[in-house]
Amino acid sequence: MAKRIDVKDLNLFYGKFHAVQQVSLSVPPRNVTAFIGPSGCGKSTVLRSLNRMHEVAPGARVEGTVQLDGEDIYASTVDPVQVRRTIGMVFQRPNPFPTMSIRDNVVAGLKLAGVKNKKQLDEVAERSLRGANLWNEVKDRMDRPGGGLSGGQQQRLCIARAIAVQPDVLLMDEPCSALDPISTLAIEDLITELKKDYTIVIVTHNMQQAARVSDQTAFFNLLGVGQPGQLIEVDDTEKIFSNPTQKATEDYISGRFG
Amino acid sequence: MSDPVVVKPPGGTGPAGAPRGAAANTPAPPPEAPIPPQTEVEPKSPHVRPGDRIFKGLATGSGVFIVALIGAIGVFLLVQAIPSLALDNVNFLFSREWSTGDVGNMRFGILDLFLVTVVSAAFALIIAMPIALGIALFLTQYAPRRLARPFAYVIDLLAAVPSIIFGLWGLFVLGPVLTPIGEWLISSLGFIPLFAKGNVSIALGGTIFTAGIVLAVMILPIITAVSREVFDRTPGPHVEGAIALGATKWEVVRTTVLPFGKAGYVSASMLGLGRALGETIALTIILSATGSSFGWSLFDGGATFASKIALAAPEFNDPRSAGAYIAAGLVLFVLTFVVNAIARSIVAGRKEYE
Repeated sequence: MAKRIDVKDLNLFYGKFHAVQQVSLSVPPRNVTAFIGPSGCGKSTVLRSLNRMHEVAPGARVEGTVQLDGEDIYASTVDPVQVRRTIGMVFQRPNPFPTMSIRDNVVAGLKLAGVKNKKQLDEVAERSLRGANLWNEVKDRMDRPGGGLSGGQQQRLCIARAIAVQPDVLLMDEPCSALDPISTLAIEDLITELKKDYTIVIVTHNMQQAARVSDQTAFFNLLGVGQPGQLIEVDDTEKIFSNPTQKATEDYISGRFG
Repeated sequence: MSDPVVVKPPGGTGPAGAPRGAAANTPAPPPEAPIPPQTEVEPKSPHVRPGDRIFKGLATGSGVFIVALIGAIGVFLLVQAIPSLALDNVNFLFSREWSTGDVGNMRFGILDLFLVTVVSAAFALIIAMPIALGIALFLTQYAPRRLARPFAYVIDLLAAVPSIIFGLWGLFVLGPVLTPIGEWLISSLGFIPLFAKGNVSIALGGTIFTAGIVLAVMILPIITAVSREVFDRTPGPHVEGAIALGATKWEVVRTTVLPFGKAGYVSASMLGLGRALGETIALTIILSATGSSFGWSLFDGGATFASKIALAAPEFNDPRSAGAYIAAGLVLFVLTFVVNAIARSIVAGRKEYE
C-alpha cells in the first residue's frame, strides 16, 4: 500500500527542450503533497514523470531517479506498464472510457491485470465506488455508460477507477479544474479521506485548494520563457503559506504574480 | 447562468445532466451558456441579412437536390423496369434463367446474378476487412510518423487506380497465379461446397475466387482510409487514461481505439461493400461466362448484376429487353440501400455510448 516517493536530481526533456531542471523532493506515505506554480513551470511534467507517463510523449526523456520505497522506477529492469499499474492517476478532464459501463470503467484496471472473476470484480467495483463517494449515486445504474454522468461524478468515477487497483500512490493532475465548486468540494473531501490509505500528489492552480487539502506544498517556477522550470521550495503547507523561505514563493502565493 | 429560461435544457449538455442541474455538468457549457441566448435572439428580429438568406438557400437547395436526384433515379428504374417485368414469363426474383433475346417470350430472373454479386462482394469483404483494420491500426498506432504519411499516400493511391486496370491485372496476372492455389483448394477442401469444383475452367482463372480477391484489393484503400481517419481521432484523454491504468500498447488499442472507432470501421466496411457490389468493369473482364447456374462454389463463373448489364449494353435496342436489365439494376440499387441501412443501424445501436 502507500509508499514514499523520493525524487532526486530529476531533469525532464521534451526533445531538445529542457522542461524541468534538477528537482529533488520526498513525499512521505499517507500524505498529500501539492504542486503549485504558474503555468508552464513543469509541475504537471514532474507529476507525469512519477508514473512514467512523461516518456509517452514523442521525444520525451528523463534523467535522474525516482524511487518508490527505495526502488528506482526508472531502472532498466523495470517495466513502465508495471509501474503505472501500481501508481494511479487522475487527469484534469474526467476521462471515463465512453464505451464502457460504469462498472466496467471502475474495474478496467483489474481487467487489464487479468482478473476475470465476476464476483471479485463486482466487489471491487462497489468498494472503489464507495471509496470515491459515488456508490449511492450510481448503484442502480452500474450498467449505464460512464459518459452519462455529470462532470463531477465522472471525475469521482475516474478516482474510483484509479483506486480500484489499490495503487501505492495516487497522482492527481488538476483534478478539479474542470469542475464546479460543489463537485470540487466533494473531490477535496474525498482526497482527505483517501489520504488515510494512499500517498497522494496533486497538481493544482488553486492555492486555496493546496492550502485546504495538502500537508506539504512544492512551489515550482520558471525564470523566464524558454527556461526550464525549477522547484523553488518544498515544505509543510502551513509554512509555505505563512512563512516561505523564498521571495518568489511569497510573491506567488500572495498574488503578486502568476 | 442560473436562470433556466435562458439556458435551454437540451442545450448541448450531457444526457444525464439532471442529477445536479447545470452546475455539475461538463465544464464547457457554463462559460458558453450565457452567449447562445444573445445570438439566438437575433434571427427572430425581422431583419435577416442577405448573406444568411443566400447561404441558407444554397445549403437547403443542395440538400433537396441530392434527395431529389436519388428519387429520380429510383423512379427512372421503376418506370423502365415495370413494362418488362409484366412481360416476364418466369419468376423475376427466384428464377435462374436469363433470356431476353426473344421479346415475345422473355424469361429472366435474378437469382443467379444476386447470388454471384453477394458472394463475390462478401468474399472480398471477408478478405479486406481484417487487412484494412491491420493497416489502419499500424498507420495510426505503431508506424513511426515519418513512415506513416508516405504509407498512407500509397494506400490512397491504390484507390485512384482505375478499375479497368484492376480488371486486366486480375485476368492476366492474378488469375494464373491463383490457379494452382485454386486447384489445391478444390482437391483438399472440395468436400465443402464453397471450394467445390466450379462450373468454369479454373485454368483461365475467371472465377468468383479471383474476382473476390481483386475486389478485396479494390475496396481495401476505402476501408483503410476511413478507418485510419477514425482511429486517429481517438480522444487523447482516453488513451492517456488507459496508459495510466497500466495498459500495454495493444490494451490501449483494445480499450480505447477500437471501441471508439468501431462504428466508423463498420461504416467504412459497408462503404467498401457498396463499392464491391456495384463494381462493373473489373468483374466484366474477369468473370468467365457460363451456361450453368451458380452452385455455391467460389470457383464458379457467372455474372454479377453490374457485369451482366455492362456485357449486354451494346444490345439495348429494344426497350423491352433493356427493361429486363434495368429491372436487375433496380435490384442492385435496392441492395445497396439495404446494405447502407444495415450499416446505419449497427452504428446507431451504439450511439448511447458515444
